[in-house]
Amino acid sequence: MAATFFGEVVKAPCRAGTEDEEEEEEGRRETPEDREVRQQLARKREVRLLRRQTKTSLEVSLLEKYPCSKFIIAIGNNAVAFLSSFVMNSGVWEEVGCAKLWNEWCRTADTTHLSSTEAFCGFYHLKSNPSVFLCQCSCYVAEDQQYQWLEKVFGSCPRKNMQITILTCRHVTDYKTLESTGSLPSPFLKALKTQNFKDPACCPLLEQPNIVHDLPAAVLSYCQVWKIPAILYLCYTDVMKLDLITVEAFKPILSTRSLKGLVKNIPQSTEILKKLMTTNEIQSNIYT
Amino acid sequence: PAVSVGNVGQLAMDLIISTLNMSKIGYFYTDCLVPMVGNNPYATAEGNSTELSINAEVYSLPSRKLVALQLRSIFIKYKSKPFCEKLLSWVKSSGCARVIVLSSSHSYQRNDLQLRSTPFRYLLTPSIQRSVQNKIKSLNWQEMEKSRCIPEIDDSEFCIRIPGGGITKTLYDESCSKEIQMAVLLKFVSEGDNIPDALGLVEYLNEWLQIIKPLSDDPTASTSRWKIPSSWRLLFGSGLPPALF
Repeated sequence: MAATFFGEVVKAPCRAGTEDEEEEEEGRRETPEDREVRQQLARKREVRLLRRQTKTSLEVSLLEKYPCSKFIIAIGNNAVAFLSSFVMNSGVWEEVGCAKLWNEWCRTADTTHLSSTEAFCGFYHLKSNPSVFLCQCSCYVAEDQQYQWLEKVFGSCPRKNMQITILTCRHVTDYKTLESTGSLPSPFLKALKTQNFKDPACCPLLEQPNIVHDLPAAVLSYCQVWKIPAILYLCYTDVMKLDLITVEAFKPILSTRSLKGLVKNIPQSTEILKKLMTTNEIQSNIYT
Repeated sequence: PAVSVGNVGQLAMDLIISTLNMSKIGYFYTDCLVPMVGNNPYATAEGNSTELSINAEVYSLPSRKLVALQLRSIFIKYKSKPFCEKLLSWVKSSGCARVIVLSSSHSYQRNDLQLRSTPFRYLLTPSIQRSVQNKIKSLNWQEMEKSRCIPEIDDSEFCIRIPGGGITKTLYDESCSKEIQMAVLLKFVSEGDNIPDALGLVEYLNEWLQIIKPLSDDPTASTSRWKIPSSWRLLFGSGLPPALF
């Protein structure tokens, strides 16, 4: 409880998360109907990995089914736009499957009839070298779905002879520093890598006390625990929607080993990126 | 630690791991905690600052036969009970002699007697009582009192309640029934700057375990004995824009 300035006593939020007593009581009071509803909701929130052609679920995890030497994962619309313009346009990529999931923030669409603003999570491999994989994930994967996503993609028998690169964005106000975040030269890039990733990063590492959560953290944790070489490139930006300057902030990664050989024509890719931006621009006024 | 009000247990764990320079020996990889990563929270120099840390890690100090589990994020909904089961099953299978849970409870829920006494409390499972009861008695510690199971009802039964304690009560109850030697050490706190509470809780633990030299009569010396980890910087956010003033 806490007293506000206005003299009312309110229940103060607890940093320790949900009040577990409430959860326990809920468990005790749960009727068979409540349990049924909860189980139905859990089924609705299940993450499913579907094959492209047949739209049937994969029997095993993606990386158990296909050999993989390199896996690049873009999480969030700016990271996805970067890979679309610079990597996917430089080679022939074949869609292998997609993840379908539902949560309060998004409902993933089919990758076949997709408008660029819809949320989706697709998996692709390079036709000329099918062990190189790419994941474009523009939907939000909720807390209770992140481990499921990991299981469906990586499986329970992790391979060590692959390299993972993750690209994502965070808002600059999340970045903790002695100066005020308003004075930071955003967008800027920071990196986090697992113990087994020996190559240098193309930008400074993320200093404490900064941390990362959500799906990028789930993937990196998995890689750290199972000793898989992985690196996360984090772009701190003050524009979270699709933005040219933010996407271009990922450019230093083009010179790293992670993307070596996957990018052909940078000026052409920049043009494609500009086109992507204009098609997505909505003339905003107070009525839209 | 238990993830509890003010995160006091977790802050206390940070102090212990940092002061004793404990080495990381493994991960408690689980799908019950919200994922999170960051660089070494106990870094002291450029050289050791780049080891990745995740949400649940195990540290040890072989010379003191001490193992510490640090939890850095909250439970995913409905996963706190499965976590307790996994944790206790690991404790049993790893052959740990004793388990100590560092926790906290809402200070606003204290009754009149508790308001007037020390804010520290302990709880022991029946199996640990035999071996440590005498030592605890000699420390003059206060055992956690029972309170009304349903506070609003006058004739409700009395039981142990730890409001704001997260999984503490579940861990305690399960350890009682599984005959695990467990002690719970907690402090009554409110949310805010809980660093002093964490320092208080480690000193309380130290009275028993003597992990560092016992406190002399000078209470002001307490803060300098425990090494504040580098990750505690900027606990309340980034710097302020000068234009604000």
